[in-house]
Amino acid sequence: MASLNVRAALLSISFLILVLGLWEMSTQPPKAQENMTEYEMLMGGVEQESRVPPPSAVFKLAWEELSDPFYDAGPNDKGIGIQLAYSVSRVLAGFVAAMAIALPVGFLIGMSPLMYKALNPYIQLLRPISPLAWMPLALFIIQDSNASAIFVIFICSIWPMLLNTAFGVANVRQDWINVARTHELSNVRTALTVILPAAAPTILTGMRISIGIAWLVIVAAEMLVGGTGIGYYVWNEWNNLDLTAVIFSIVMIGIVGMILDLVLSKAQKLAEYTE
Amino acid sequence: MTIKSLGNPFDGDRALTHSKQCGCTECKSTGARADVDVRSPILTDRAQQDLVADGGDSEAMLDRAIESAVVRSVFGHNDHSRRSFMKMIGAGSAAALIASVFPMEKAKAAVKESMGKLEKSRLNVGFVPITCATPIIMASPLGFYEKYGLDVTITKTAGWAVARDKSLAGEYDASHMLTPMPLAISMGVGSTPEPYIMPAVENINGQAIVLHNDHKDKRDPKQWKGFKFGVPFEYSMHNFLLRYYLAENGIDPDKDVQIRVVPPPEMVANLRAGNLDGYLSPDPFNQRAVWEKVGFIHLLTKDIWEGHPCCAFACSQKFATQNPNTYGALLRSILDATQYSNNHDNRKEIAAAIAPKNYLNQPVQVIEQVLTGYYADGLGEIKNVPNRIDFDPFPWHSMGVWILTQMKRWGYVEGDLDYKGIAEQVYLAGETGKIMADMGISVPDKTYKNHVIMGKTFDPDKAEEYTRSFTIGRV
Repeated sequence: MASLNVRAALLSISFLILVLGLWEMSTQPPKAQENMTEYEMLMGGVEQESRVPPPSAVFKLAWEELSDPFYDAGPNDKGIGIQLAYSVSRVLAGFVAAMAIALPVGFLIGMSPLMYKALNPYIQLLRPISPLAWMPLALFIIQDSNASAIFVIFICSIWPMLLNTAFGVANVRQDWINVARTHELSNVRTALTVILPAAAPTILTGMRISIGIAWLVIVAAEMLVGGTGIGYYVWNEWNNLDLTAVIFSIVMIGIVGMILDLVLSKAQKLAEYTE
Repeated sequence: MTIKSLGNPFDGDRALTHSKQCGCTECKSTGARADVDVRSPILTDRAQQDLVADGGDSEAMLDRAIESAVVRSVFGHNDHSRRSFMKMIGAGSAAALIASVFPMEKAKAAVKESMGKLEKSRLNVGFVPITCATPIIMASPLGFYEKYGLDVTITKTAGWAVARDKSLAGEYDASHMLTPMPLAISMGVGSTPEPYIMPAVENINGQAIVLHNDHKDKRDPKQWKGFKFGVPFEYSMHNFLLRYYLAENGIDPDKDVQIRVVPPPEMVANLRAGNLDGYLSPDPFNQRAVWEKVGFIHLLTKDIWEGHPCCAFACSQKFATQNPNTYGALLRSILDATQYSNNHDNRKEIAAAIAPKNYLNQPVQVIEQVLTGYYADGLGEIKNVPNRIDFDPFPWHSMGVWILTQMKRWGYVEGDLDYKGIAEQVYLAGETGKIMADMGISVPDKTYKNHVIMGKTFDPDKAEEYTRSFTIGRV
C-alpha cells in the first residue's frame, strides 16, 4: 500500500487531468470550413460564438513563450521572462523600501506605547486605502511612471509589515527584557539581540503578507501605466482579446507569486523557535 | 490632399508651373497622371511602384526641389525656354551639362545641413494602440523617423488619461492625443494648465458607432433612450460627435442616455458583457466588434461630418521651443508618414506593418478592413468605403473652434471663450502649412473654413452664435 502522500498526489493529478480533459472537450472549435464566402472571410469565419480556448492551445502557447522567454522585439514586445523580471524587480524595490521604513517605525511604536497611541490614528486611516487610488497622485507628484508603480508597491506593502512588527515587538515576553535589563544592555542592544529574534516570526509573517499583496497590486499597477511588466503583458493581450495568452499569464502570475511566498515561508521557518 | 511632388525639371514634357496632379487640360494632355484613381483598391504593382517612387520619398522630393530650383534659375524662370531646351538636348545631357558648372550634389547636402543640428535625437513618443495613430506607429517600422536622423521609441499607452499624465510629466517628448486634448490641457480643463501645441492632425474620419447585435432592429436613434454608450475620453471627438448625433436626433445625451468613458481596448469586452449597448470609438475596435460577432457598425462618423479630425500629434510648447530642430525633424517625419499613410496603395503594407504585437496587436485582417475601407459591417453586407479613414495633417483653426463650441455647449468650459485666440495658439496651422509647403505637400490657402455637420453649416466666424443655436445643450 502506497503512502498517503503518493496516493494524494495520484488523486490530485487525476483530478487535474479530468478537469483539463472536460475543458478540452467542451471547447473544441468546429472544423475549419472550406469555401467561405468573402463576407465570412471578412468576419473571421462562420463560427457564431467566441469561446474559451482549450487547454491544449494554452500549453502550445506556453511552450512557445517559455522556449524563448527573453526575446526583445522592440519597446512594446518583449518575452515573458523579461516582463516577469520587470515586475519582480519593481515588487522587490517597493518591498525593500517599505521594509526600510516599516521595521524601524514598527520597533518604535512597538516599544513605546506613547508613539503607538500617537501614530495609530494615521495608520488606521491610511491602511485601508486601495493602493491603486494613490496612482494618479503618484504620477502627478513623482512625474515618472516606473517610480510611481514602485511607490504603489511601497505604500501597499508597508502596513502589514509595520503593524506586525509593532505587534511582535510589543508582545515580547517581559521576562526576557527584564533579563536584558539586569545584564545592563543598552536599548539598542536589547532591541537587536533580544527583541528582534523574539519578534522575528511575527515580523516575517507581516512580510509574507506584504509580498503577497505587492504581487497582487503590481499586475493592476502595470495594467494602468503600461510599458513593461507582466501586468502590461496581460493588458496587451486583452487588447487583442487573446484569452489564450491571458490564461497563460494568469498561470505565470500564480507561479511567480507562489515562489515569492515560498521564499518567505522558508525564511519564516528559519526564524521560528520554541520556548 | 495629394502630394504636389515637383515635376522633373529635366523633363521637356512637364510644366513646372503646374503641380503634379494638376487637373487642368494641359497637364492631362501631356500625360501627367492627373487622374489615376489612386483610391481604387486594385492597382497594378507597377503603378504602385511608380506612385511610391514619385511621391513617397521626401528625401527624393527635397533633391528634386533643389534640382528644380537650380534648373529654373538657369533658365531665368522661363518655363517655355526650359522645356524646348530639354526637348532638344535630352534630360541626361542637360543634367550633365548643369552638373559640370554647378555642384548639384554639394548644394543638396548643404540644404539638408542647413535644416540644423538636432538638439536631441533619442525621443520618446507615446501612442494609444488604435488605427488613428497609424502615421506615428508606422513611421517606426517603415523608417520615417530614421530618415530625419531621429531615434524614436514609440511606447504603447493604456489610455488617454495616462497619455496626458505621461506627457505632462515629460516622460514623452511628444504624444498621440485626441484633437480636443491639447486645447483642454492648454486651458487647464481636466488637467493642470500647460501650454500645449498641436502641429498636426493624424487622421480624419475613421470612427464609427457600433451597436450590440441585440439592437439590430433599433437603427433609429430615437429608439435609443436608456442606452449605455462608451466613448474613449471626455475630451474626444468621439464624445462630441456622439453627443451631436444624439442631440440632432432629439436624444439628450446627458438625460436620456448614459455616456461612459471606457478605454478603447475594453470596449469590445464591455459590449459583449452587455455593460454597453453601443459605443463611438476608434478603430480597430469597431471592426473588432464585428470580427468577434458581438456588434455591428451602425454608422461611420464620416457620415456625421465628412472629413472630421480625430487624433492628433501634440507636444508641449516647451519641448518645441527648447528643441526647435528636433521638433522640426519630428514634425517632418510625422507629416511625411501621414502623407504616406494617406496613399491608399500603401494601406495594405501599413496594415501588415502595424498589426503585430509591438504595435496594435490585432489580427491583420481587421486592420486591413479598417484601412482599405473594404469591410464587413456585421449586418451581412460588404461595404466599400475607401475613405473610411484618411490621413490629413493640416490643423484647421476652424476645427479647433468647432471643438471649443462643443466644449462650451456641453458645459466642459464656462464663461466667455476666445474661440479663435485659443485655436490659433494651440493648432499651428500657419507653421505647419509652411513646412508642408516646403515638403511639397499642397496646403490650403486659408486656415478657417465652413464645415458641414449633419447638413448644418458651421461658420467659425459666428462661433458663439453657433454654440447657442442648439435646442439641446447646457448653455
